[in-house]
Amino acid sequence: MPVSKRKIIDTISHGWMLVSLTVVLLIPFMIGLGLVLKSLPILQQENLLRLLVDSDWHPMKGKFGFLPFILSSVYVTLLSFLIAAPICLLSAIYLTQYARGWLLQVMHPVIDVLAGIPSVIYGVWGILVIVPFVGNFIAPLFGTVSSGYSLLSGAIVLAVMSIPFILNLLIEVFNSMPVELKEASLSLGATHWETIKYILVREGFSGIVAAIGLGISKALGETIAVLMVVGNVVQIPKNVLQAGYPLPALIANNYGEMMSIPMYDSALMLAALILFVIVLIFNVFARLVIKHGGSRR
Amino acid sequence: MKRRKKIEEQFFKGLMAASTYIIMITLLYLIYVIFKQGFRALTWEIVSQVPKGGYYFGEEGGILNAIVGSFYIAFGATILALLIGLPVALFMNVFLTRHQSALNNIRFFLDVLWGVPSIIYGAFGFALMLFLGLRASLLAGIITVTLLIVPIMIRSMDEVLRMVPGGLLEASYALGSTRTEISFKVFCRQTLPGMITAILLAFGRGIGDTASVLFTAGYTDYIPESIMQPAATLPLAIFFQLSSPIPKVQERAYASALVLTLIILFISILARVLSSKYKEHVIK
Repeated sequence: MPVSKRKIIDTISHGWMLVSLTVVLLIPFMIGLGLVLKSLPILQQENLLRLLVDSDWHPMKGKFGFLPFILSSVYVTLLSFLIAAPICLLSAIYLTQYARGWLLQVMHPVIDVLAGIPSVIYGVWGILVIVPFVGNFIAPLFGTVSSGYSLLSGAIVLAVMSIPFILNLLIEVFNSMPVELKEASLSLGATHWETIKYILVREGFSGIVAAIGLGISKALGETIAVLMVVGNVVQIPKNVLQAGYPLPALIANNYGEMMSIPMYDSALMLAALILFVIVLIFNVFARLVIKHGGSRR
Repeated sequence: MKRRKKIEEQFFKGLMAASTYIIMITLLYLIYVIFKQGFRALTWEIVSQVPKGGYYFGEEGGILNAIVGSFYIAFGATILALLIGLPVALFMNVFLTRHQSALNNIRFFLDVLWGVPSIIYGAFGFALMLFLGLRASLLAGIITVTLLIVPIMIRSMDEVLRMVPGGLLEASYALGSTRTEISFKVFCRQTLPGMITAILLAFGRGIGDTASVLFTAGYTDYIPESIMQPAATLPLAIFFQLSSPIPKVQERAYASALVLTLIILFISILARVLSSKYKEHVIK
């Protein structure tokens, strides 16, 4: 009996599916491998630990200290987290517990659309609004002078960017909690606020941590919006009104000239590798928390 | 005691309401600023001409090269991603339904991949490009953006395909369908609205991403005529022109920002409209 056409098609498509799946699963390993291979030259010459804690960045002289960039990244990300996390948490509780249904109905599509707006647009907005605001208003308030292109501006833009993302995740966390839990607490005489404080936030704690963790990892890797407002000066920032130079901005800003200076491209690829590893750790951690938080009950 | 409780609740309720409205106002203000600056700068000349005298210093001309380049890259990448992504999403939901733990691991993997920042894809794309002996070109840009949007596309398709009731799979088997037929004739049709949304979502992500095309697609004043030529893109047009010292060029950056925002808004409205239009094929 001849093999039917349907069977042949089925075999071909099965094969194609397997190939595609393999390709997709290989992507992160290829990225990791590619970055490691590219950053090997500098790693063979210098000690990784020394590179990470050294603040001397002079590619022309062969000095590649990553500390200013790492610190800038940490400052910007932490600061944006301090701005975005409380606002998002409060707002998510309000939208899911107190607000009338229509408000959530309106906010949901709006948040979705805003999450899709490209980061370069947030960068334009940052230059138009946040930079002058920080330069003309915040800096004089603290008695210093700042051009406005500063770590603080970067952090504010990042916070605004990550709000739709984090808020979406948090609303999901609060919406997926069983109603019985709330009802039981209310029937025991707890007020609405006590129920939220002692029951809902505790119950959703892992979800909240994960959502904020994902927000942080997104903020860490965010390039263009931050690059546009953060000032890009190589220095160890002393306060948040000074300019900084986060890791992604370093990579993005120097791709043009890196071929002409020895070791420069290797150093930039090492910067990408460092970023990749940090973001992966954050992501895996947050996703694990989600996974285990979900299966606890 | 009771009074204190009441005050605390009122206080936090006010704080929460304030946070919500701050978020709403900030985000609306963002759209307002982009629209205001953009519409002031936008002219027919800007969207219908390529730059004259260089994108950075030339006062004349527009951003047609970037609009066309962005669409080339986003279309190319979406089609490539569809070729890889759709089979994977179907494979996960038709072939792997009995292997829950493998399935969970793949989902976990894709979620993590989704979180990798686009600058990393850009750097990797650049390394890959050098490895393959390519120069900054449309092709290199398309490949890099494909890598970026594949996990997004698969995960959103997967979320839709998961919702297909198991009975449909069993019924199709019972009628003697092969798994391929089930995948493409039953599952795809059943989830068409969601699939369209997933594809458009990936397209929107592809067209708006800056860091991945920065290294790989290059930038030029012309509309690319072959896949090996460099291509301008809208996000980069915004980024480069905004850093120009010439006010007229900066105006063009604001206009570009508006064009990009309008494209993104159009895509997300289109996704909503299309997905409600094709709902009629869905078996409930």
